[in-house]
Amino acid sequence: MAPLLDIDGLCVSYGAIQALADVSVHLDQGEIVTVLGANGAGKSTLLQAVSGLVPIGKGSVVFGGEAMNRVPPYDIVRRGISLSPEGRRVFPTLTVEENLNLGAYTRREKKAQVRGAKERVFLLFPILKERCRQLAGTLSGGEQQMLAIGRALMSAPKVLLLDEPSLGLAPILVKQIFDIVSEINGQGTTILLVEQNAQKALRIASRGYVLENGRIVASGPCSELKADRKIQEAYLGGSALKARTNPS
Amino acid sequence: MQVILEQLINGLTIGSFYALIALGYSMVYGVLKLINFAHGDLFTFGSYLGYTVLVFGAAFLTAHFGLWGAFVVATGVAALSIACVGVVMERIAYRPVYRAGRLPAVVSALGASIFLQNAIMVIWGPRFQAYPSEFIPDAKVMLGDIRISLLQVIILAMSFLLMGLLYFIVQKTTFGAAIRATAHDRKTASLMGININKVIFFVFTLGPALGALTGVMVGMYYRQISFTMGWNYGLKAFTASVLGGIGNIPGAMVGGLILGVLEMLGAAYISAAWKDVFVFVILILVLIFRPTGILGEKTAEKV
Ligand SMILES: Nc1ncnc2c1ncn2[C@@H]1O[C@H](COP(=O)(O)OP(=O)(O)OP(=O)(O)O)[C@@H](O)[C@H]1O
Ligand SMILES: [Mg+2]
Repeated sequence: MAPLLDIDGLCVSYGAIQALADVSVHLDQGEIVTVLGANGAGKSTLLQAVSGLVPIGKGSVVFGGEAMNRVPPYDIVRRGISLSPEGRRVFPTLTVEENLNLGAYTRREKKAQVRGAKERVFLLFPILKERCRQLAGTLSGGEQQMLAIGRALMSAPKVLLLDEPSLGLAPILVKQIFDIVSEINGQGTTILLVEQNAQKALRIASRGYVLENGRIVASGPCSELKADRKIQEAYLGGSALKARTNPS
Repeated sequence: MQVILEQLINGLTIGSFYALIALGYSMVYGVLKLINFAHGDLFTFGSYLGYTVLVFGAAFLTAHFGLWGAFVVATGVAALSIACVGVVMERIAYRPVYRAGRLPAVVSALGASIFLQNAIMVIWGPRFQAYPSEFIPDAKVMLGDIRISLLQVIILAMSFLLMGLLYFIVQKTTFGAAIRATAHDRKTASLMGININKVIFFVFTLGPALGALTGVMVGMYYRQISFTMGWNYGLKAFTASVLGGIGNIPGAMVGGLILGVLEMLGAAYISAAWKDVFVFVILILVLIFRPTGILGEKTAEKV
C-alpha cells in the first residue's frame, strides 16, 4: 500500500543556507514516526515545508496520492495535515475557546462537528475545559502546550505534525504529553513527531529518522535505532553525559 | 451644565468621525503592520464622491427614495466605490512591496496619498466645495435641556451602529477571531486554515468604506470640504488609534471618542485656536507614557 504521506528527495534553502538536502520520509496510515536531531538539524524546517510555510526547493510531498508542493498552508490544513508548531504559538490575546475554534476554522460552518471536536479535546485535556474563557496568554507553559496540540486536533487531521511538544516542560508533564500523543495515535491519527527527547520519542514511535545538518543519516524501526551505538552516544546516553559535564 | 453636555455631544460627534477613520488605520496596521498613510485621502475621496451624488442626484433621489434616499444612496455609493479603490490600492501600492520591508511600504503609502490627493484636486478643483445638506431638515431635537440637531442624531446613531456591528464581528465571530489571530501571528494563523489574503481583502474594503462613509457625514456636518482635509482628519484619526492602542479595534473606537471629547472641551474651555495643539500634546504624551495605548496589550503575554 502507498504511504499516507510521502516526502521524497526534499530540499529546502533559506537564501544561501541549505536547511534540508534530499530528505525522504514516509508515514504509513496509523503510525507514529519520529524525527530526531540536534539543534539546527532541520527538523522544524521539515515540518514547515510539509505544512506549506516554507517553499520547497526540490523534491515532493505527496499526501493521500495528491502532490502538495504548491498548495498554500490554509488548504493543506483543510486536506488533513495539521501542525502543532515549535514553541506552542497559541494566540495569547484570544481565549482558550477562541484558540480551539480557530483550530477548526476550516470546518467552522459545521457547528456540530466543531462541538464534537472540542469535546474530544476536553477529554484528552480536561484542564482546557476549566480554562475555556481564560486568555491563552495567561496559561502555564504546559497548559499552552496542551492547547497547541488540542488546537491542531480541532481540524480532525489525518496526519498530525508535532514539533517538540515536550520542550521546556517538567518531567511529569513530559510523561503526560507523551502518553496523550500515544492516545491520539490510538484513536486513529497518524503522527509525525519531532523531538529532542529521543528516549521517550523512540519508546512511543514505531519508526524513526535521524537528521544531521539537513540530511537523513539513519532510519529504521525504533528498536534498531535504540540499539545503534552512534545514536546511543549522540542522542541517548551521550547527550545525558554532556548535560552532566556541562551544566550550562 | 447644559453647555458642558452640549459640548460633550459635539465632542462625541467629531469623536465618532475620528473613531470611524481610526478603525481603518488600526485594522490595516493590525493585519499588515503598515500605516496606510493614504487612508485620510480615501476618506476625502469618499466625501467628494458623496458630494457628486448629492449635487447631481439629490432632488431625484429624494423624490424617489424619500427623505433618507439621498443620504443612504450617497453614503452607499461612496462606501462601495472607496472599498474598491482600497482593494486596488492594496494591489498596486502595497502588495508588490510587502516583502521589501517596512520602509519601502511607508514610502509607497506616502506616494499613494500624494497621488490620491492630487487626483481629487484635478477632478474636483482646488477650492472648497459647499456640501449639500439641505435634504436633512434643519430640525433640533430636545433631549431634556440639551438641544441637538437632527443631523447630529443621525450621525451619532449611524456611527454607533457601525461601531457596534464591527465590534460584534471582530470580537464575537470566528472570522473576527481569525482577524485578531492574523494580526498577532500570521504564520500560525495560516496553520489554522485561515486564508490571509481574505483577511487582507476584508480590512482593505471595510476600512476604506468606513472612511468614505465618514467623509460624507463630515461634509454634511461642516457643509464644506476641501481636497486637503484628509491630512488633518487622517492625522487626528491616527492619533486616536495610537491613543487606543494601534492595531486594537475597540481601542480605535475608544481613542476616537476620547479625542473628540477632549478636543471639544479644550476648545470650549481653554482656547479654540489651540485645539489642534491639544490633540498632538495628547499624542506625544501617549507615546511617552503609554506607547501601547489605552487598550493595547492588556494581557500579560508568556513567552
Ligand atoms: N527563517 C530562517 N531563515 C534563515 N535560516 C533559517 C531559518 N529558519 C531556520 N534556519 C536555519 O535552518 C537550519 C535548520 O533550522 P530548523 O529550525 O529547521 O532546525 P531544528 O532542527 O528545528 O532545530 P531546533 O531543535 O533548535 O528547533 C538552521 O541552521 C537554522 O539556522
Ligand atoms: Mg525546531
